[in-house]
Amino acid sequence: MAEMSYRDAIAYGIAQEMRRDPRLVMLGEDIAAAGGVFKTTVGLLEQFGPDRVRDTPISEQAILGAAMGAAMTGIPVIAEIMFSDFIAVCFDILANQMAKTRYMTGGQVTVPVVIRTHNGGGARFGAQHSQSVENWCMMIPGLKVVAPSTPRDVVGLMAAAVRDPDPVVFLEHKSLLATKGEVPEGEIVDELGVAKVVREGTDCTIVALALMVPRALQAAERLAAEGISAEVIDLRSLVPLDTQTILSSVAKTGRLFTVEENPRLCGWGAEIASIVGHEAFWDLDGPVVRITTPHIPLPAAETLEDMAIPSVDRIYKEIVEVMD
Amino acid sequence: MPKRDPTTPDGARRSLLVMWTIRRFEEALEELFARGVLHGTMHLSIGQEAVAEGVAAALDEGDFITSTHRGHGHAIAHGADLERMFAELLMKDTGYCRGRGGSMHIADVAAGNLGANGIVAGSMTIATGAAFSQMMQGTGKVVACFFGDGAANEGAFHESLNLAGIWSLPVVFVCENNQYGMSMAVDKATAGGSIVRRADAYGIPGVRVDGNDVVDVFRNTSEAVARARRGEGPILIEAVTYRYRGHSKSDRNLYRTVDEIEQWRKSRDPLDRYEARVIDEGWLTSDQLEECRIEARDAVRRAVEAAFRAPDADPADLVGAAYA
Ligand SMILES: Cc1ncc(C[n+]2csc(CCOP(=O)(O)OP(=O)(O)O)c2C)c(N)n1
Ligand SMILES: [Mg+2]
Repeated sequence: MAEMSYRDAIAYGIAQEMRRDPRLVMLGEDIAAAGGVFKTTVGLLEQFGPDRVRDTPISEQAILGAAMGAAMTGIPVIAEIMFSDFIAVCFDILANQMAKTRYMTGGQVTVPVVIRTHNGGGARFGAQHSQSVENWCMMIPGLKVVAPSTPRDVVGLMAAAVRDPDPVVFLEHKSLLATKGEVPEGEIVDELGVAKVVREGTDCTIVALALMVPRALQAAERLAAEGISAEVIDLRSLVPLDTQTILSSVAKTGRLFTVEENPRLCGWGAEIASIVGHEAFWDLDGPVVRITTPHIPLPAAETLEDMAIPSVDRIYKEIVEVMD
Repeated sequence: MPKRDPTTPDGARRSLLVMWTIRRFEEALEELFARGVLHGTMHLSIGQEAVAEGVAAALDEGDFITSTHRGHGHAIAHGADLERMFAELLMKDTGYCRGRGGSMHIADVAAGNLGANGIVAGSMTIATGAAFSQMMQGTGKVVACFFGDGAANEGAFHESLNLAGIWSLPVVFVCENNQYGMSMAVDKATAGGSIVRRADAYGIPGVRVDGNDVVDVFRNTSEAVARARRGEGPILIEAVTYRYRGHSKSDRNLYRTVDEIEQWRKSRDPLDRYEARVIDEGWLTSDQLEECRIEARDAVRRAVEAAFRAPDADPADLVGAAYA
């Protein structure tokens, strides 16, 4: 066991896979000598050389398109899009090319690409560098979407994403980069589509993703002091979605809260609310409650951004109010 | 080694056969469409056969192409099976994409055709990536990337030429300048007045060829391919040609005159010109020439008939190909 930051776990997890598969290549802006704008790829150039760890020009379409063309012809790629908001600049490649090609060709090809990108708010970067875009990605048939919340899961899910034959969007949360956690020695390989119950409880279920997981856990701690036993589920993966873990928890608790950083409309929690409403309606003791960022572009000011994104305080308050 | 050399007797027979096959194939599609048995949309390349064949002939077995919405000719010239193509267009389970693709998405990955693309310039970054992959693997293979004059105004064109330029990738960009992007004349759409000169901006060679002369296309592409294979980088070929038919089935040709179409057809038709040439040069006799025409016609007939007998796309497996 070693303690490691989420940031270092990214390069560590990538290195594990680069060592395993000598074909694997990385493409992205400033990822080589610079070590990434968030220092998430530090040391990889030194370990794997400039052929496999490649700086690209500032050409997001070319980055993803090249990753796709390479992956279709024998070179799997980990591509980095610096900020997840920039996915909009290369949305065609993500939504029309990578995601649709396997289906459109009747299964003739797979596209083993991992699209790593720095997602989410909290850094006071303003609306074009802060959004949580997991719902943009989740809505595209043909993509898989993962978002780890701990250093250990960064490593395990990175391995799962790289080894998956389909394109996987891998969302690294900017506000988790400095957080630390234990990473066990040896190879860690997770499975996509497996959620984790990170705190057991009996009164209500809180489903969260990425940065919202530690916040939900803190809120659960405070709820416990009020005599409310909350179960917290770290989704880890939106596609595939582990509905089983959610449904079993709801069967036990009878109440469901989602804590989402993405803007409210069509956020991932809406899909979960719909699934639970459909499949576990009779298990519910009350309405599903979604705690989300409002439907706004994120503001830069600290006071405003902190108010927009669900905080421990807000999660706690909203749950207490409903559970009383 | 080129697959066939249209300036030799054996090559001429095969190239002429391919060009006639493309024309008869697309004429058959028109007829099927008119009879109401073929649905959706389609974009015919009648009049542009010399570009598809001149380029494909210059490639070796195992080289790759990427194609466009106007891609039947590219697929046929690069070795596609006619029956599987018809089957795809007739939405049959035996089609290249098992009916999931249709006219705009025919791919024949086993033969190196990475796919047509419904997004204008959509395959350009993918071709660039496939070329990157060849470089990484040291295969010595090249990629020919077909796109239209309209595509040269998409961002993906510029990102692709730039990336291929800085990395010296083995890709031959083939612009089929058929004078129009839908109703927009190329002169009106192209700042600077020239597509081929855009190569200068990316430090790569650009050549303008007579796209209605299969020999000119073949010779220039062969040089470009040989150069790319030697690792000397990409090239931009602008093949000047003309589309006889409307843009798609919904086009009523209101943006050009019948005279203009007739002029191209009468004086510059790629099949007429090549037939005259093969006789002139003594590559084929007029009997052999007639044999080519008949062979193409019969092959198309047989393929349509066989495709009609095939089972329809299978609804039992509607979702199967979306993920691996
Ligand atoms: C990104 C995108 N924009 C617009 C269209 C609609 N569209 C389909 S083909 C076409 C014209 C393309 O012109 P060109 O590249 O010259 O190819 P051509 O049709 O002449 O073969 C257009 C505008 C599209 N399919 N994709
Ligand atoms: Mg055109």
